[in-house]
Amino acid sequence: MRTHPNRAVSLTLTALMVLMFVGSGWALGRLRAVRPNTNLEDVLYIPSAKVLKRMSLGYNGLLADIYWTRAVQYFGARHWRHARDYDLLFPLLDITTQLDPHLLVAYRFGATFLAQEPPDGAGQPEKAVELIERGIKDNPDEWRLYFDLGFVYSMDLGDYQAAANAFLRGSQLPHTHPFLKIMAAQMAQHGGELQTARMLWQTTYDTTDDVAIKANARLHLQALEVDETVPKLEELVRQYKERTGIQPTTFFPLIQAGLLRRIPVDPLGMPYKLLPDGHVEVQDPEAWSFIRRGLPPETGKKDQADQSTKP
Amino acid sequence: MISRIRAIAFNTFREAIRDRVLYNLIVFAFLMIGASLLLGQITIGVERQLLINLGLTAISIFGVLIAIFIGIGLVSKEIDKRTLYTVLSRPVQRWEFIVGKYFGLVGTLVVNAGLMTLGFFVALLYLMHRLQPSDTSILAAIYFILLQFMMITAIALLLSSFSTPIESAVLTFAIFVVGSFSEDLRNFAEAAKGTTHYATLALSYLIPNFATMNYIAPVARGNPVPGSLILYNTLYGLLYAATAVCGASLIFQNRNLK
Repeated sequence: MRTHPNRAVSLTLTALMVLMFVGSGWALGRLRAVRPNTNLEDVLYIPSAKVLKRMSLGYNGLLADIYWTRAVQYFGARHWRHARDYDLLFPLLDITTQLDPHLLVAYRFGATFLAQEPPDGAGQPEKAVELIERGIKDNPDEWRLYFDLGFVYSMDLGDYQAAANAFLRGSQLPHTHPFLKIMAAQMAQHGGELQTARMLWQTTYDTTDDVAIKANARLHLQALEVDETVPKLEELVRQYKERTGIQPTTFFPLIQAGLLRRIPVDPLGMPYKLLPDGHVEVQDPEAWSFIRRGLPPETGKKDQADQSTKP
Repeated sequence: MISRIRAIAFNTFREAIRDRVLYNLIVFAFLMIGASLLLGQITIGVERQLLINLGLTAISIFGVLIAIFIGIGLVSKEIDKRTLYTVLSRPVQRWEFIVGKYFGLVGTLVVNAGLMTLGFFVALLYLMHRLQPSDTSILAAIYFILLQFMMITAIALLLSSFSTPIESAVLTFAIFVVGSFSEDLRNFAEAAKGTTHYATLALSYLIPNFATMNYIAPVARGNPVPGSLILYNTLYGLLYAATAVCGASLIFQNRNLK
């Protein structure tokens, strides 16, 4: 049986098309390996906010939104990969806030992204301070920015005097949150204490309507609870050993001795682990982002040196 | 077969360079390259970077517009003017006609891009007073832009083989925009689960990936172009364009022209 010439051409073209498409897919796979994250490279296509502002033909608000979205995408993508460097984050935030100096969300979220330690953030609290200070310059009546500034000084830089000053400056604004005055005093007297850290995160939680900020604050509050509970439990274990001369390997002897009412659980509902050497750890360290206590030695090592009240 | 394709390609080229749209777009591209010199005056430290970014962007955007506006009319014009029937009454296969048309337009785009590149290097020389050896990496970025043109032309041809010129223009431009962000689509696919993951992953391969062809920002920063990137971009660009041309030929082969 002879094939119709037109049919033969069609079949050849179809076969070629499939073959070429598979080949292009293979080449694309190789390209992705050679040049990953191509879109992010283009983020700083035009590196000058001044030029961008003129090129935007007055639509700089929209452009700022686009750059802000890019900053969020950049942060999200790197955070998802547990990256430890966020080199483009500050330039992106810088351009965003120069395009729209009143885009408060960029200062507030941006400072959080910049200040938190890697892999939760860029670990650049000084840049966060620079960003918020510029935000304050352009939005001098916005008390939230003073709160954020004090927050970064306190939590990420451990400079409680500067934090107290920031809260004090914010408390003197005409339409401010009364909590800032309390925070200023608290910071001046009890700068490095867990209780102060809890107050800061609780205020963040209570004063925001943003779901993501609220979720972040909740995580920090839960982490603080772990940081507070673990030393208490270790102290109880030590007391039990002192009393009986026996090193407990579970919490049951402590319950029988009346030191505990029940098996202690972390804020995620998982029971704490008691190690043979008397240390207490969380059940799943991977589930926690900000805890300083209750981690296995290899992950906790970095934080042991930093046993301040930083959450 | 080759001589027939060459004859169609040459005629397409001759016809395309007579198109007024082409010259308007080239003038705009030159204006934009010139404007980048002016914009350089209001910034500090990034004059060269700005000229390269804006200059190559102008070459890319206006080249894409030329590819779209001329590409979509390649087949429909021949049908409207009924010249297609004269061509096909000769011993010319329909797929040869499509391939010839494709090469004709790619030739036009190569000549245009060459002109714009010349204009760009004159502007660069004016700004920097001399050219550096590292400026050769700019040529590699322009080569990637040419690969982009080849892909866009093939897509325009594919779409115009079964839709109206307006529909083809809008669709091709939309594909260009989506293709420029196709890495985001892939990132989305990575983060998604289940059916959404597979659907978006398939889409990220189906839609042309222009992001890998865009090396303007790195060369503007003075980064060299890796050899592997040139190799794989060439392979990808040519294979993707060939897929689309095969698709266009296949549709045209089976299209009822009566």
